[in-house]
Amino acid sequence: MSERQKLLQVKDLQTTFFTDSGEIPAVDHVDFYVREGEILGIVGESGCGKSVTSLSIMQLVPSPPGKITGGEILFGEEDLLKKSEKEMRDIRGKDVAMIFQEPMTSLNPLFTIGNQMKEAISLHEKKWSKKQITDRAVEMLKLVGLPRAEEVMKEYPHQLSGGMRQRVMIAMALVCDPKVLIADEPTTALDVTIQAQILKLMRELNERMNTAILLITHDLGVVAETCERVVVMYAGQVIEEAPTQEIFKNPCHPYTRGLIQSVPDMRDKKDRLYSIPGNVPKPGSVKKGCRFAARCESAFARCWEETPQLYRNSDVHQTRCFLYDEQEGVTTKDGQATVES
Amino acid sequence: MSELTPKVDGVAEAQLEKTTGPWREAWIGFRKSKVALVGAGIVLLFILLAIFGPLLTKEGINEQMMADRLQPPSSEYWFGTDDFGRDIFSRIVHGARISLTVGFFAVVGSIVVGSFLGIVAGYYGRWVDTIISRIFDIMLAFPSILLAIAIVSVLGPSLRNALIAIAIINVPNFGRLIRSKVLSIKEDEYIMAAKAIGMKDFRILFSHILPNSMAPVIVQGTLAIATAILEAAALGFLGLGASAPDPEWGKMLADSKDYLQNAPWTMIFPGIAIMLTVLGFNLMGDGLRDALDPKMKS
Repeated sequence: MSERQKLLQVKDLQTTFFTDSGEIPAVDHVDFYVREGEILGIVGESGCGKSVTSLSIMQLVPSPPGKITGGEILFGEEDLLKKSEKEMRDIRGKDVAMIFQEPMTSLNPLFTIGNQMKEAISLHEKKWSKKQITDRAVEMLKLVGLPRAEEVMKEYPHQLSGGMRQRVMIAMALVCDPKVLIADEPTTALDVTIQAQILKLMRELNERMNTAILLITHDLGVVAETCERVVVMYAGQVIEEAPTQEIFKNPCHPYTRGLIQSVPDMRDKKDRLYSIPGNVPKPGSVKKGCRFAARCESAFARCWEETPQLYRNSDVHQTRCFLYDEQEGVTTKDGQATVES
Repeated sequence: MSELTPKVDGVAEAQLEKTTGPWREAWIGFRKSKVALVGAGIVLLFILLAIFGPLLTKEGINEQMMADRLQPPSSEYWFGTDDFGRDIFSRIVHGARISLTVGFFAVVGSIVVGSFLGIVAGYYGRWVDTIISRIFDIMLAFPSILLAIAIVSVLGPSLRNALIAIAIINVPNFGRLIRSKVLSIKEDEYIMAAKAIGMKDFRILFSHILPNSMAPVIVQGTLAIATAILEAAALGFLGLGASAPDPEWGKMLADSKDYLQNAPWTMIFPGIAIMLTVLGFNLMGDGLRDALDPKMKS
C-alpha cells in the first residue's frame, strides 16, 4: 500500500486571518499527505480549520483577511505556494479540482448546465473544437449517472434537484481529469439516501479514474463508508491520523474517542447521546498547553503546561496527546514537547 | 394500471415543455400584472410615435403660420397651434423622439459607467471601494437637478449637454445598486466554484457577477428613464436643454407660459405628453420589479 506515491503533501501549513481583533491562526502547522488514487478524510467540528485547509491548497483563502503564512504544499514535486496566480489558475480545475457543500448555490442560476460545463472544459482545453467540448460534457454527465444527459445540458440549475446538482458539480470538477479532487462537505446539504448515492458515485469515480479524493466532512459515518485514511483536526491542528479501520477500532486521542462515542448506535438504546462537554476554543485563544485540555476527561497537569506534539503509536498511526508519550516510555525533554507553541 | 401509465407520462411531458430560463419566467410574472401591461402599452405607444410619428404628421414642425397663431384645438390642428402658428400635435409627436432619446441614452450611459464603477468597487473593495463610494456620496449630497444645472452651465446649454448632465447625475444611483448586489453575489458559492475551476477574475466579473446583478438594474433603469425625461424637460424649461426651434416638451412648456390664460392648450398637451410617458415608464418599472424581485418569487 505504501508504495503508492504521495501526490499531495501539506507540510507545516499555517493560514492566519488578520482581523481587527487580532491574528487568528485558523490552520496551525498542519501536516498530511494524499497518495495517488487514495480517499483521505479530514474530520472535525465546525470551525476546526478543515475548510480553510482545503481553500489553502487551492489558494482561494479570502484575502484579506486570510493569508497563508508558512509551510509548503507539494503537488508532486512542486510547491504550489511558490506558483504565481496565473500558474495557479492553470492548476485549479486541471490538476486539483474542488466541489463545495451547497449544490444549490454552486451553479450560476442564469446559465444552462451545458453552458457551464462547456465553460469549465474550454478554460483548460483551449484547442478543442465545439463538438469535442460538447461531447465531453455529455460524456461526463453520463458518467456521474445523470439520466437524459443531453436534456440536462439545456436545463437551468433550478430545474434540477439537489442530488442532481451535486452530480453536475462533480462532473464539472472531473471534466479535465484532475489528479486530486477536494470535496468540502459534498453531502452535508443532501438527504441521507442521496448522500449514500453521491458517496458511492465518488468511490466509483475514484476507482475508475484513479482520482485521489480529499474528503472534508464532520460526519464520521461518511468517513467510515468512504475513506481509506483519516486525519482528525481540532482547533486548527491535526490531532490524530490513522487508517480508517484503525481509527474506529482503536481511537487514541480523547477527542477522537469522544467523537466516535457521540455517533448514535442503533443497537444500543440510550436516553441521551454522549456529547463532549464544552465548545471548540476559538483559534488562537489557547495560549498554553493542549488545546483540548479544557474538555478532556483524561487531562492531567502536563496537559495544561506543555503543548503536545504528534506521537507515533505505530507505523500508520499518530496522535497528539501526552498519553501516548508516556505509554511508549519516551521521556520527552521539555524543550522538545513545546516546539509547536 | 395500464391506463394510468400514459397519464403519468403526460404529466411529465407537460412539465418538461414548461422548462424555461430565468428571463422567460420574469416575463410570465410581468404578464400577470395588468397595470404593468398598461404601462408597457403606453411606453410602446410613445416609442412607436417617436419612430413613425414624424411620417404621419403633415405639417412640418417648424412651419410657421402667423395667420393661425394660438388657434384652439380643431379638426385641422388637433392640439391647436402655438404663438408662431406651429401645429402643437406634430411638435409633440416629434418631441417624443427627443424625450425618449434623451431618457434612453442618458440612462444607458449612467448604467454603463455606474455598473463599471460599482462592480470594481464591490469586487475589489478596500481603498478602491472607499474612493468610488465617497465620490458617489458627494454626488448624492447635491439635489440632482441642481447638480445637472451646474454641469450644464459648465458645458454650455444644449440638448446633448443636458443628456450628459442627466447621465452623470444618475451614475451614483446605479453604481451603488450594482456595488451592493456585487457584494452579495461575490460571496455566492458559484463564484468560488468558478475560481476553483481556474477562471480569471475579469471573466468571473463579467460573465458571472454582472449578469446576476442585472435584474435590479433593469428595474431601476426603467424608472430612471422616467426621471431622466422629467429632468430633461425641467432643463428644457429652464432654457438649459434643447434650444429654440427644437420641439422639446419642456421647452414647449416654457414657451407657453406667457399664453397660459388665453391659450391653455399650448401648455396642457405638452404637459400631458410628459405626464403620460413618465407614468408609462413608472408603471412598467413597478411591474418589472414585481416580476424580477426574488422576494416575490414563490
